[in-house]
Amino acid sequence: MKTKSRKPAVLTWVIVAAVYAAVFAAEQILPPSSMLFTVLKKGATYALVAVSMNLLNGFTGIFSLGQAGFMLIGAYVYGIFTIPVESRPVVYQYYEGGLIQFTVPVAVALILAGLAAAFFALLIGLPVLRLKSDYLAIATLGFAEIIRVIVQWDPMGPITNGANMLRMFPSFNDFNIRDAEGNVTLYLSTLVPFLIAGICIGLIVLLLHSGYGRALKSIRDDEIAAEAMGINLAHHKRLAFCISSFFAGIGGAMLAMYQTTVQAKFFTTAMTYEILLIVVIGGVGSVTGSVFSSFLFVAASEWWLRFLDEKQMIGNFEVPLLRNGFRLVVFSIIIMVVVLFFRKGIMGTRELPDLFRRKRKEAAK
Amino acid sequence: MWDTIFPYLLSGISVGGQYALIAIGYTMVYGILRLINFAHGDVFMVAGIIMVYIAASGLPVWISVLLVLIITALVGFVIERVAYKPLRTAPRMSVMISAIGVSYTLQNLVLYITGGLNKQYPAIPVISDSVKIGSATTKVVTIVTPVLVILLVVGLVMLINRTKIGMAMRAVSKDFETAQLMGIKINSVISTTFVIGSFLAGVGSVLYFTNYPTVIQTSGAMPGLKAFVAAVFGGIGSIPGAVIGAFIIGIMENLIKGLDVILFKAGAISRPLGLAIFSDAFTFALLIIILVVKPTGLFGEKTTDKV
Amino acid sequence: MKKIAMIVLALILALSCAAMAVAEDLPVVKIGVFEPASGDSGAGGKQETLGVQYANRVAPTVKVGDTEYKVELVMADNGSSADKAPSAAQKLVSENVSIVLGSYGSGVSIAGSEYFKNANIPAIGLTCTNPQVTAGNSHYFRVCFLDPFQGTVLANYAFKELGAKTAYCLGEAGNDYDQGLIKFFQEAFTGLGGMVYTDSFQTNNSDFTSFLSNAQMYGADLIFCPVSIAYSTQIVSQAASQGISIPVLGGDTLDSNVVAAAAKGTSIDLIVTTFYQEGANAEFDNGFKAWLAEDAEALTNNGGNDMIAGVTCMGYDGYMTALAALQAAGSIDSAAVMAALPAVEIDGVSGHIAFDETGDAIRTSAFVKKANNETGDWEFVAEQTVE
Repeated sequence: MKTKSRKPAVLTWVIVAAVYAAVFAAEQILPPSSMLFTVLKKGATYALVAVSMNLLNGFTGIFSLGQAGFMLIGAYVYGIFTIPVESRPVVYQYYEGGLIQFTVPVAVALILAGLAAAFFALLIGLPVLRLKSDYLAIATLGFAEIIRVIVQWDPMGPITNGANMLRMFPSFNDFNIRDAEGNVTLYLSTLVPFLIAGICIGLIVLLLHSGYGRALKSIRDDEIAAEAMGINLAHHKRLAFCISSFFAGIGGAMLAMYQTTVQAKFFTTAMTYEILLIVVIGGVGSVTGSVFSSFLFVAASEWWLRFLDEKQMIGNFEVPLLRNGFRLVVFSIIIMVVVLFFRKGIMGTRELPDLFRRKRKEAAK
Repeated sequence: MWDTIFPYLLSGISVGGQYALIAIGYTMVYGILRLINFAHGDVFMVAGIIMVYIAASGLPVWISVLLVLIITALVGFVIERVAYKPLRTAPRMSVMISAIGVSYTLQNLVLYITGGLNKQYPAIPVISDSVKIGSATTKVVTIVTPVLVILLVVGLVMLINRTKIGMAMRAVSKDFETAQLMGIKINSVISTTFVIGSFLAGVGSVLYFTNYPTVIQTSGAMPGLKAFVAAVFGGIGSIPGAVIGAFIIGIMENLIKGLDVILFKAGAISRPLGLAIFSDAFTFALLIIILVVKPTGLFGEKTTDKV
Repeated sequence: MKKIAMIVLALILALSCAAMAVAEDLPVVKIGVFEPASGDSGAGGKQETLGVQYANRVAPTVKVGDTEYKVELVMADNGSSADKAPSAAQKLVSENVSIVLGSYGSGVSIAGSEYFKNANIPAIGLTCTNPQVTAGNSHYFRVCFLDPFQGTVLANYAFKELGAKTAYCLGEAGNDYDQGLIKFFQEAFTGLGGMVYTDSFQTNNSDFTSFLSNAQMYGADLIFCPVSIAYSTQIVSQAASQGISIPVLGGDTLDSNVVAAAAKGTSIDLIVTTFYQEGANAEFDNGFKAWLAEDAEALTNNGGNDMIAGVTCMGYDGYMTALAALQAAGSIDSAAVMAALPAVEIDGVSGHIAFDETGDAIRTSAFVKKANNETGDWEFVAEQTVE
């Protein structure tokens, strides 16, 4: 029995390894300007954020809409601590170079980004997590709006650069290894985000498989029963909230690396909604689903459906309806169809190993 | 001092009244379905866009306004039937996600139709004219709004307390299932709620966009959220509460925009602090405070969770 | 379900084949147009793009080395927002454009800049006036004047010509164009002995009444609001209905027939600085107007009438500069074009264009225009230079 159930896990590892190998190989072979890499980089970023949101909304049953706020904190912390000191007078041009005059290594900045987001989650979680489902949603949404404004406030300028852009910090492209003349010898700009997101998602999966993870799921399924079983509701909810925010913070830092610039006004509720929709399309309660739908979502919006935004001719016939914005209309309709008719999303609550299990069962029949 | 504060109060009362009309829709829907209708702010925006296009067709303004109100009510009806009714038995989170999906769809649809550009809202005679009150000059709509809001609320409260459909609404919001068992046609009650809510959002949009005459796909998002906060503040499910909450939020937000000047004039600060930027954030801070201190809002009823 | 999927698939295939079938006899050189077509600056971006499109009609081909190339414009909508700019920039990069034109708005230009830099593609800023766009970059060039210059011109005009002593500045929070220009205006204006109060509003704000009350309360005798067209029309019309009589001053973004139309029928004095004054080059004016007359879509994009915005002229000059760079490079390779650009000089519609060592066009004068409250047209006031 035991040997049988191990096979799907092995297969999963093989697939994950193959994906990483393929990403590495593709990056060395294909031209770096290819749209594929944009999709992979942004997809990896969104995958992490979506999984972190799923941890709350799907696995713990806490309907939080504060994701954009925590991403903002992560992105800002990353930016503030990694902009090279010599570039600071340019970036902080209205604030005499800013207050902070040192940098930390990228890896440290990433962890700081996560910790800062988790810290704010702890603060906001104390009052807010007592609220019930939709009140909690709107309170976390409100928190994200507040944090956005505080960052933009002029007296915060020496630290956050006010409402102005942070830029010139290390981006994904700086992971490429260059020779003395500046020519790239080894492309790593896509592999590194994959590694960061992979490690973080791996940690989340480990957590979900631990006793804590089972406790979280029991809270989702029945809060009162879970409490009766001796699970400390407040403690577990707070923990889930902080961990989710930690990874959202890292996700925010990754988004900063992808965008190469950061500004508070990017992180609107629309961004949270977008991530929520990714989670829904993938399947609320499936890590694999969130990862999968992130890439699908990014690829469709940045690449595959782009043609819907431009005039297309078949011979002399101009395809009607196609113009700026049509892509988003098609997108919205797909999302509504998923929300209304395929409520389980792509994966439901299944994970990658489960897929092989089912196939094996069918084959046995 | 009074002369300094007065113009901000005036703007606040005006915009507060417009929030109130949106807030009523939130509070009624929440009262009955326990659903935050995230798309309600976008219905308000759609009403604005419809007005832009109808007025451009050359119809007389009063007919345009009437048409806008009817179409907006219809939009509310259709949204409920398409996006919420199929999910009646689904978990609350699914319905909320559907509401977010509708909001996303409406915004993108308008983005597509308008090409993502600001549309100029047509000037409506009389209420678009300027008028001088005390130390401030403003549009007639500023004075019309609070009066109209009070009239509409009185009418609405009478509808709820005196008519059969009103009684049905109260019954459904008290206890969904029992009401159904008593033979109340749940679906028609819910539809009526959406129609009334959207109609009022339509009225709100005419007033709001007369004051701030440009419409873009995101125009509904902020007013929508603020109106929702107003509804929570006043105690969700309570119509007078929503109205009072909306006026408070409208006034506070404008006072904060002028706070630098008020403090400056009073001699409390020597240079502006840029506090105006907090006008939106304040609304949300208020929300979190009220949720933590008194989750039922000013006039909300205490509900107990049944196991 | 499967059937539908098949049909959709077939349609996509057909579309992509159709796209490929449109082959031309001439080889193609691609110029990227990195401009907002939606969002707050959408209206301005469209007018700027019109200039590029018109130039493309005037000069549809270019001779590079010995080969005649057809110039193809690749449009990318940066949505007026710095978070949408990266994917628009990436689109241009993936299409292998030889050179990029744009953008309207400095923030989006800065946000897209890294992507062009990494791909070794040169960019010519058309009307992004913030110094940060080109500072420290060897790939970003610019054909318009800069904010330190424009801010000084505006401050001088406000202080000396309008006699303003107290100015109220209003800009969008986090908009590099607004905040940069306000800063330079403030420096110059206080340097002259004036007093400045500033406020910022949040993106998507539409209620300016309280900000306008602030201006009155501060006793300002001038409102300086170098904001996007979308906001400036609202500010002008709300100021009018609040009975405000002090002049409203703006930068080049306000030079649009849409904004002038907002001042029509009011008593607001609306004054802007800009790159071009209609009537300075009859050939360009007439050609452009003739094109608008025959192309309804272009006319709509220009705001419904055929008044020429300064940004349109810059779009035209930018395109011509790009062609000159291609010719000078003798190759359509983007790196070669970048190497050739610093030495390029042309006589544009807006004046002589040559780059300094940062890659900025050397400009010494700006036009001051005022909106006519009766006709809704722009009227020439003065040509200002700063010594």
